Amino acid sequence: MTLTGSLSFDASNVVVASALLLLLAGVPGLLCTTAAAGQRLAAALSVLAALVGIPAALVAAFSPPGSWLLFWGLPFGPARLVLDPLSCLFLLPVFLIAACGALYVVRYRPARTGYDRFLTVLYALMPGSMAFILLARDGLFFLAAWEGMALSAAFLMLADHEEAAVREAGILYLLATHTGTLLLVALFGVLYVVTGSFAFPATGALSAAAPMASLIFVLSLIGFGAKAGLMPLHVWLPSAHANAPSHVSALMSGVVLKMGMYGIFRTVTLFENIPLWWGVLVLALGTISAVGGVAFALGQHDLKRLLAYHSIENIGIIAMGLGIGMVGLSTGNSVIALMGLAGGLLHVLNHATFKALLFLGAGAVIHATGSREMDRAGGLLRVMPRTAAFFMVGAAAICGLPPLNGFVSELLVYLGLFRQAMGGSGVAAVLAVVAIPALALVGGLAVACFVKVVGVVFLGAPRQPLQQDAHEPGWQMLLPMGLLALLCVLIGLLPLAVAPLLEVAVGWHPLVQETHGTLATSAPLGWLSLMAVILLGLLALLTLVYRFMLRRAPCGTSETWGCGYLAPTPRMQYTASSFAASLVSLLAPVLRPHGHRPDISGLAPKPSSFASHVPEVVLDLVLLPLLRWSEERSSVLRRLQHGQLHLYMLYIFVVLLVLLLWAL
Amino acid sequence: MVSFLSNHLLILVMLLNFALLSTGRLSLAVRLATAQGVLLGLLPGILHPLNWHLMVITAGIILVKGVIIPWLLFSAIRAAEIKRETEPFLGFGATLVIGAAVTALAFLYVPRLPLLAAHQGHLFVPASIATLLTGFLLLTTRRKAISQVLGYLILENGIFIFGLLLAEAMPLMVEAGVLLDLLAGTFVMGIVIGHISREFSSLDTSRLSALREK
Repeated sequence: MTLTGSLSFDASNVVVASALLLLLAGVPGLLCTTAAAGQRLAAALSVLAALVGIPAALVAAFSPPGSWLLFWGLPFGPARLVLDPLSCLFLLPVFLIAACGALYVVRYRPARTGYDRFLTVLYALMPGSMAFILLARDGLFFLAAWEGMALSAAFLMLADHEEAAVREAGILYLLATHTGTLLLVALFGVLYVVTGSFAFPATGALSAAAPMASLIFVLSLIGFGAKAGLMPLHVWLPSAHANAPSHVSALMSGVVLKMGMYGIFRTVTLFENIPLWWGVLVLALGTISAVGGVAFALGQHDLKRLLAYHSIENIGIIAMGLGIGMVGLSTGNSVIALMGLAGGLLHVLNHATFKALLFLGAGAVIHATGSREMDRAGGLLRVMPRTAAFFMVGAAAICGLPPLNGFVSELLVYLGLFRQAMGGSGVAAVLAVVAIPALALVGGLAVACFVKVVGVVFLGAPRQPLQQDAHEPGWQMLLPMGLLALLCVLIGLLPLAVAPLLEVAVGWHPLVQETHGTLATSAPLGWLSLMAVILLGLLALLTLVYRFMLRRAPCGTSETWGCGYLAPTPRMQYTASSFAASLVSLLAPVLRPHGHRPDISGLAPKPSSFASHVPEVVLDLVLLPLLRWSEERSSVLRRLQHGQLHLYMLYIFVVLLVLLLWAL
Repeated sequence: MVSFLSNHLLILVMLLNFALLSTGRLSLAVRLATAQGVLLGLLPGILHPLNWHLMVITAGIILVKGVIIPWLLFSAIRAAEIKRETEPFLGFGATLVIGAAVTALAFLYVPRLPLLAAHQGHLFVPASIATLLTGFLLLTTRRKAISQVLGYLILENGIFIFGLLLAEAMPLMVEAGVLLDLLAGTFVMGIVIGHISREFSSLDTSRLSALREK
């Protein structure tokens, strides 16, 4: 096995070394005497990998791309690795979230058994594989890294496999991921037919006019889109993210989904010219995912399931950015392309930070209440004020509220859409006109949804007795959350700081390269910082005034949401379902909520209960019936497989006879 | 003269096929299959001029088909304590009729084959196909595992007859390999039969479907 390429000591080599360190961070821990010590060692190594890898990736993004060839003696040629700015950008969340999660898990789920040792190794293997997905530039190595990620994620999300729901989610996830991989195999097969090699074509080497170009794009859109969770390919996502342990959900939602988006971005970079309909298709899918994701999120009362649907929404926003950027590329409008692509890529970073933060916060909530059901929580603000504060920062960021990071990336996408809607023509402009209010609707519904989450979980009074030791979690859990919250604020306050990174990452296309250095002027990023400071100043001022007035006004204390009742109980509070009920009923044609209404009749009705839930519509109403139908149709064939050896041999006998008779 | 003798032997082989199809007694069936195997073992010696290669093959075939396999099967019958093939899927009369039909079919079919002129007068090809199909018929219609083993043996005999056409071209190692396969196959089946009878208290292979995936 030999390695050739840029082997001097430079940033790109340091990145690869940290990726290797991350991949194997769990292995030295196997030699420790206790599982917990191994877990701490793995956390330390993951943090080290991030501390080295993130600065190195930032430096490497602005250096000429490093490339390596690994002659590993396998068929299909050597493994190709390239580190270009786009890979560097996606590597940042991989290192960051992996380190945060590895530290978090030390307190969240201390390792005790041999099985936990296995999970510790996997928790480093999964982000490590993702780092190599980003480095890989040939089909075989890419697929190997891809499966490394997909399978370690499967084992990690099955950590609590004693529960039937977890097993069911795991099987669904495995089915979905393998279907996606199958399409990726087809994708690389088609690429092989076109280019004659398993190595990825050079940037912009493929012509979209070439035969099978559209096939390549559609295969990648479905194969990678299934991993990213674009609607309607998202069926596996809600149950998988809900049933995985929280640190795994953070990694899956924060980073694994981004690997799907990375795949689509990477496929787009392979083409020199892009047909308009590709961009329009991505934009349409993104809009559907964004609106659909947030609509389904509204109806959930499982905290992590709700967050999972928000992941679909945010992947939709990333796809909207990519889609409008692609429209800009194909119509030759460099500013739209820059806005859309940069907005999408920034949202990749942003979603990774705030969604990981929210899932880690959800883990802390689950520790305190012992359940994922929001309706069992309540009043946690008083028990864990710091967790609540961090969670609220994440919630505000995911809603796209200024002065946080979600606002910046959504603004870029908005600007791209507006330019297309006003200056463009044809179907792309029409779609942009539809997408703008859709994105606004997404923002509004997201605010409603997170008001519900924060209101039900952190405010009010506890609905059920909390776990005995419900308190602020240890520093190992707080530090990752605090760091991620800080990043949300920093990117929101200083968007100019990330602009150069975004510009080099989207610089693969000559059209976008022309615009180098103009992101700060074509989007009012400097103004954003100023407005953010003014906004924060105003908020601080208002708070001071409010406190001042509160001190002078007479006030009494009573139960939250007491509503003036004589004997209010926590059961009277708004629940997660009742808070969202009006919005859910508005969206009922899409969400199809199930209400199990009690039958109350007679003078003295029996005690009864009411429950409602929103099913996974695409899975329950489309996919499963379709599969059942096809199974019924094909069950005729199953009669041929009855287990009777004699009849199997009879088949052969009959075929032989028929062949003989046919020859006569 | 040679072809006369070999044709008569082959007719005897086909009559043994019919006898096998019509009998329900397992020990008789094993004897019939043994007789068929030994007859076929003698055939190469009749067809081709004697040499040491041929003698080794003949000795090997007679040893395996005439001694070892019957011994294995008889011990399996003793171990499983069964004597008769009861309740076959298809009655003995019906299988006999089908056996006759497929034998006729084989004879009808052979003239259409592009055979060498030297092979055309012989009964080798029709006898081979008829024996092969008889083996299949035994496999598909009989229930007991031992009858199934016999079916495989007859099937192999059919293939062997076909191979006789090539006996001179067929190297010793290939012949020996085929014999070893057959022996190992029968040996394994003997063990499997023991397991089936212990597990299901019966040698009815149709009960194996209880093992299938639902």
